[in-house]
Amino acid sequence: MSTRIFGERVQRNNDERLLTGGGRYVDDIPLSGALHVAFVRSPFARAQIISIDTSIAKEHPGVIKVYTYKDIGNLDVEMPLLIPHPALHSPKTQRPLAHDDVFYVGQTVVMVVAIDRYVAEDAARLVDVEYSDPFNCSIEIEEAVLDDAPLVHPDVPNNVAAHCIQVSGNPDKAFQEAEHYTKLKVRVDRSTAAPMECRAVAARFDAVSGELTVWDGTQAPISVRGGIASIFNLDEDKVRVIAPDVGGGFGQKVLLFYPDELLVPFAAMDLDRPVKYIEDRTENFLGSTQERTQIHDVELAATKDGVVLGLKDNFLHDTGAFIPYGIAVAQVASTGILGPYRIPNSRVEYKAIYTPIVPVTPYRGCGRPHACFAIERAMDQLADELGLDRFEVRRRNLISEDEFPYERPNLLFADGLAVIYDSGQYAKALDMIIEKINLDEFNTQQKAAAQEGKYLGLGLSFYVEATGIGPYEGGHIKVHPITGKVYVNTGLTTQGQGHETVFAQIVADQLGVSPEDVILVEGDTGAFDWGVATYASRAAVVSGNAIHLAAQKARKIVLDAAGNMLEASVDDLELGGGEVRVRGSDVSVSLAAVATACNPLRYAFNEAAQAATQFAPAARSDEPALGDGRAPGVETTAYYAPPHATWAYGVHAAIVEVDPGLCSIDIKRYICVHDCGNMINPTIVEGQVMGGVAQGMGGAFYERVEFDSEGNPRNANFMDFLVPYATEVSQIELHHIETPSPLNPLGVKGVGEAGTIPVAPVIASAIEDALKPFGIKRLHHVPLSPNSIYEALQESGGDFNSKL
Amino acid sequence: MKKSEIRKAYPENSSDPLYSITLKVNNQEITREVSPRRLLADFLRHELGLTGTHVGCEHGVCGCCTVIIDGSPARSCLTFAVQVDGADIRTVESLQNEDGSLHPLQEAFKKCHALQCGFCTPGFLMSIVSQLEQTKGDIDLSDDGIRVMLSGNLCRCTGYQNIVSAVRQAAEQITRNK
Repeated sequence: MSTRIFGERVQRNNDERLLTGGGRYVDDIPLSGALHVAFVRSPFARAQIISIDTSIAKEHPGVIKVYTYKDIGNLDVEMPLLIPHPALHSPKTQRPLAHDDVFYVGQTVVMVVAIDRYVAEDAARLVDVEYSDPFNCSIEIEEAVLDDAPLVHPDVPNNVAAHCIQVSGNPDKAFQEAEHYTKLKVRVDRSTAAPMECRAVAARFDAVSGELTVWDGTQAPISVRGGIASIFNLDEDKVRVIAPDVGGGFGQKVLLFYPDELLVPFAAMDLDRPVKYIEDRTENFLGSTQERTQIHDVELAATKDGVVLGLKDNFLHDTGAFIPYGIAVAQVASTGILGPYRIPNSRVEYKAIYTPIVPVTPYRGCGRPHACFAIERAMDQLADELGLDRFEVRRRNLISEDEFPYERPNLLFADGLAVIYDSGQYAKALDMIIEKINLDEFNTQQKAAAQEGKYLGLGLSFYVEATGIGPYEGGHIKVHPITGKVYVNTGLTTQGQGHETVFAQIVADQLGVSPEDVILVEGDTGAFDWGVATYASRAAVVSGNAIHLAAQKARKIVLDAAGNMLEASVDDLELGGGEVRVRGSDVSVSLAAVATACNPLRYAFNEAAQAATQFAPAARSDEPALGDGRAPGVETTAYYAPPHATWAYGVHAAIVEVDPGLCSIDIKRYICVHDCGNMINPTIVEGQVMGGVAQGMGGAFYERVEFDSEGNPRNANFMDFLVPYATEVSQIELHHIETPSPLNPLGVKGVGEAGTIPVAPVIASAIEDALKPFGIKRLHHVPLSPNSIYEALQESGGDFNSKL
Repeated sequence: MKKSEIRKAYPENSSDPLYSITLKVNNQEITREVSPRRLLADFLRHELGLTGTHVGCEHGVCGCCTVIIDGSPARSCLTFAVQVDGADIRTVESLQNEDGSLHPLQEAFKKCHALQCGFCTPGFLMSIVSQLEQTKGDIDLSDDGIRVMLSGNLCRCTGYQNIVSAVRQAAEQITRNK
């Protein structure tokens, strides 16, 4: 019997294709005669469109058609609000092409379709859009919420899109009874996912069959399909949406609809030619959604021993000019603020604020990095104020193992379900990181470094992540009768997370085949069209378990059929090496033959098929070929809907050297202890965590999307928006704990976003620790930068220069 | 468009002038007519069908589009096709051995899980292959040394650590085989 493949470091089974130039990203799909799109975008944050003159652009050689809002028929409506919520009282979404007003720099105003992108861009420059004088605007959320602030949407007072309060326990009582209060205000700035492949959409309409095919670098092809069918009034079966290889998503590609996702199919149908829109990097900064700005006012009520009795958090969330994805980001932050700590009493209130800049939707972490920064900076401050060790203060508040499942009464997560932490070993993680850091050694090093005029600091941060939320996903399995290869489908899609390998491992265990013989086709509504999307670190949990259940059903069919074929009891059979064998004998039958035999045949196209034909002795029967309730072949489908999120967690630490002269940092060590339940493939888990940490390092020290006071982006390119290179990212030491989730059959939790969440507080905590000799103020604003270190040193007012 | 409509004739070409270029791509000599503003990346991808070269930023920062021009790594998004008239170009499609086996660097990327979405990968491969070919045995295979070798390419998925391991593994193997 083969050993279990679940949990093994199996090499990825689609790398060879990607390594040899065989990737199939949207712009690689050969579409003969494809036309290309370029957009005219708003140069103003808020202004009114007076007129649009496309006459010169239309005459430009090579231009096929120029579309304004008047030319797009019934697409000229506000696009859907994806996730309505009772607290979202003033939702606003944009139109595919601006109509009357523009609301942010980069908003699509006119679409040009031409024979190639070069000509389309030429013609876009020839479109003459006349605007009013730009309106006053406020891009600072603290100003935008004031009574006299200019309004993004005239009918939304104070620019407040949503207002929500969540209370658990009795915070007022906790605050009355507390002995110590820790207050702080923290801020996280705008950032963007910056996937290496920008967004891309291509569409082809077949006027004869009436079929519309859309290739979309999206995380949500089934949802895009549903939306397109509904908006274009087509039968769902006539619309096929394919997310082929997608070059990273990190949340940015889960939003539907971006204007191009509707306009490109529209143009393909209108012009009877394939049409492509391949976003460039500048457009990705101007038109694809961003995330992160929140300002939290946090107060902890604690005992003198550092036990936190209550928490109050009042925060503002920047949603940009529109709120198509609802308040998911803010809602996740509002529940994540309590971290891994018991904190039984809490009151969290937030407002989502419109600002006339690029709209906000989830970006890897989705509210968790903000909440984590707030609570972890608060815990550091609480420790300092009480003269306690940072590790110890956390230990006193961690939810202990015997308290799981730990429910936070009355709180609702972003999926509308209860906040119930399912399992974890938080204290063990803390012990482990203390051991891995080697605190004694660090203390010695820190002192020795100080002697040489070098400043070493240690930072740490816990995090929790609610992963694997619903509603559901499916798994479909079919054993191919000719080859015995196992085809697997699920509805969500990968942007590089290794689904094709981990899902193959799950199936391989049930059907006794090698993972290379399991072929996953996902993200194609032509292959499987039940499911939702990739978000919230959910693929392994939700699709993984659905596929596991489908594989169990397939295993049963295989065993029953093989039992008949081999005239053996099912209990005596084992699966392995692509065949079913009678245990302890050489009597076996291949999976391909089983699959063939399960499909009653008329035509003998190969040897195995002969045995399944009507006149073959084994198949002869007076009964109908398929008994009651039986389906042909080995083909199963199963679905998994989680009862609620499963909570992963971890703790990170870093040793950072700060050069107070250059205000630069050098991360000497970065250590992660994390727990995502049972690991399907540790190599892939590590890849997810390391990539997440690198993105977190970018977010902690380098990446900030900047706008001037009029809403103009100032660094909409990779020269000025600093995605870290290998030289800015340190080696990462990874340590695993595996606490199975009790919620799902595989015992897994999600890991996609985990790495990103705690990095900023780790780095802030480490820099603060390193610069303690200068008595610097607390670092409560990320991303940090050489400038922020410089300012902190200046403001410390101490004898900063004499110490250099 | 409606069923009753007659299919329109659309223009096939822009008004760009065309110039003839002759160059070697992956050891094959070709002659084509190109617009003087055609980027080499677009030429390779859309005229030659070599879509393994990817375009990530179009301003020379991310390195996704790196190809080898006359033995040196170069950004094909910052190079016009007309500039490489007479040049020898190699793209990711050329890396495999004739028997279909992987180049040692490709093999090492696979073993070390040095790619996730795979979009940046061809650029990394071409940059490192070129650097390994150019080195005269003075290559610094420390973590910091390899990270400097990688510092012309952005990756958003892996956090670079496994790429560092892959480069070291491949460099050691290539050195052993020399």
